[in-house]
Amino acid sequence: MSNAAAFSGGYVANLGPSEEGYLMPAVDEEGGFFWEGTLVGELRIQVCNTCGKLRHPPRPMCPSCRSTDRGWKQVAGKGTIWSFVVPHPPLLEPYSSLAPYNVIVVTLDEHPTIRFVGNLVSGPEGELNEIDPNSIRIGEPVEVVFKRFRRADGSAEALPFWVRA
Amino acid sequence: MSPAVGFQDATAIAGIAQTAFSKHLEPTEAELACTVIVDACADAGIDPSEINALCSYTMEATEEVDIVRNIGCGEITFFSQVGYGGGAGCGVVGQAAMAVATGQAEVAVAWRSRKRGSGPRPWTSTSVQLRVPGAWTRPFGMLRPVDEIAMLTRRYMHEYGATRDHLANVAMAVRKHANMNPAAIMHDKPMSREDYMASRWVSEPLCLFDNCLETDGALACVIVSAERARDLRHPPVYVHAFAQGLPPEHQTMVNFFNDDPLTGPAWACARRLWANAAFGPQDVNVAQIYDAFSPLILLSLEGYGFCKRGEAGPMTEDGNLEWEKGSLPVNTAGGGLSEAYVHGFNLINEGVRQMRGTSTAQVDGAETCLVTSGEGVPTSALLLRR
Repeated sequence: MSNAAAFSGGYVANLGPSEEGYLMPAVDEEGGFFWEGTLVGELRIQVCNTCGKLRHPPRPMCPSCRSTDRGWKQVAGKGTIWSFVVPHPPLLEPYSSLAPYNVIVVTLDEHPTIRFVGNLVSGPEGELNEIDPNSIRIGEPVEVVFKRFRRADGSAEALPFWVRA
Repeated sequence: MSPAVGFQDATAIAGIAQTAFSKHLEPTEAELACTVIVDACADAGIDPSEINALCSYTMEATEEVDIVRNIGCGEITFFSQVGYGGGAGCGVVGQAAMAVATGQAEVAVAWRSRKRGSGPRPWTSTSVQLRVPGAWTRPFGMLRPVDEIAMLTRRYMHEYGATRDHLANVAMAVRKHANMNPAAIMHDKPMSREDYMASRWVSEPLCLFDNCLETDGALACVIVSAERARDLRHPPVYVHAFAQGLPPEHQTMVNFFNDDPLTGPAWACARRLWANAAFGPQDVNVAQIYDAFSPLILLSLEGYGFCKRGEAGPMTEDGNLEWEKGSLPVNTAGGGLSEAYVHGFNLINEGVRQMRGTSTAQVDGAETCLVTSGEGVPTSALLLRR
């Protein structure tokens, strides 16, 4: 959307894709704790330090109590598949070479309104297209794994992927 | 919620125009915009020098200053742009109508000019897409709008038992109407259920024919007071009611991060729209519903109250959305799926033609028309009447 820049808030930097060409998240001031967490194998959710409510994606103010006092807490990373799609070309490389692959939305078991977009894989080294899409079902239990990527400048990134629980 | 003060039927759409629709048009977006605005003024019988309000989309490439310097306007006293891509269209016309209804301007023009057919697709820009919320979705290969809407569609089908046959009913109804409209890109291309089912996947569960066209084209309309419209060339098409809608905890296009992702902006918009209107969904004779993707029509039928939640699939059966026997003919010129995709502005002009009685799929005796903008993004809607 053209409005992306307008609600990007504390956009810091897009450091570019991984060595393989996968799109990496542009880390903003609000989401930094999340991507620091994935690098050490933790799934972190933003929490309001005033009323305790969780929110995702991260943002400056709690929509429940309007506090800007915010932190994060680690969650277990167990969830269920809420929905999924199977993209086919035209796509960008390297995704088009992997198509058809899966993209899933996962609902966290311990916080049912917190959801993540991700991919169902067989393990932390898995590719987006290794699970037969016809075998995926809404409601399947999954748990988080973290796959590490490296950018051309040598910086590391880790993305949350999901495996069958 | 009480009706907007002084707005109901206070203004009317007095002129409309469109360019040809094509995969590729030679003129620039600026030239198309200027040409279509001048043509809409001619349709109304108003000189372009009288325009004093200009309204369009934030995504529109041609700014007001360039329109004014090209078409020879006088002093412009109201200008506004509405955001969120396909959610904007009815908001653009509605804000123009508000400017006229409140006396900020006398002659307002709303327009959209876009070379989407021959120009770049926004999703291929990786510098824009990786910002929030793209950072949470794009690295995982959810690259395009179709992937985002397909995600909601799969969940919708799972919760309510809707099927691909229901999506096919939508696509076939709209195609049938395009086949009646010589201006539609798909005018000469009938589509059977077999054609639909055999088309290639784009993002399962959505196939090629669940996706809108990629079009070069431009459209405009002219809004004046109801009183003035009665003295002009065409019968007035009254702007009966207008609303915009942005619900709590909404995330544009990737509305997965709240309690109930399957009730999107259409629901918020509809509550205000019907509060502003002297009639309800049961009184709507024909509807132009934003259809960048076929499932958006199912969600919108529910959001605007034509059926209960989960009942839009069955509502598509038995030709119910088709001219001329259906209870609610939709997108009677072919919509975004089969006429042209110009961010939904062609739905507005078709709504005007239905109220004038000049549609190529004219609903007999139609007196009221709902026009909606995109579901899945902050949206807007209009009620037009004769």
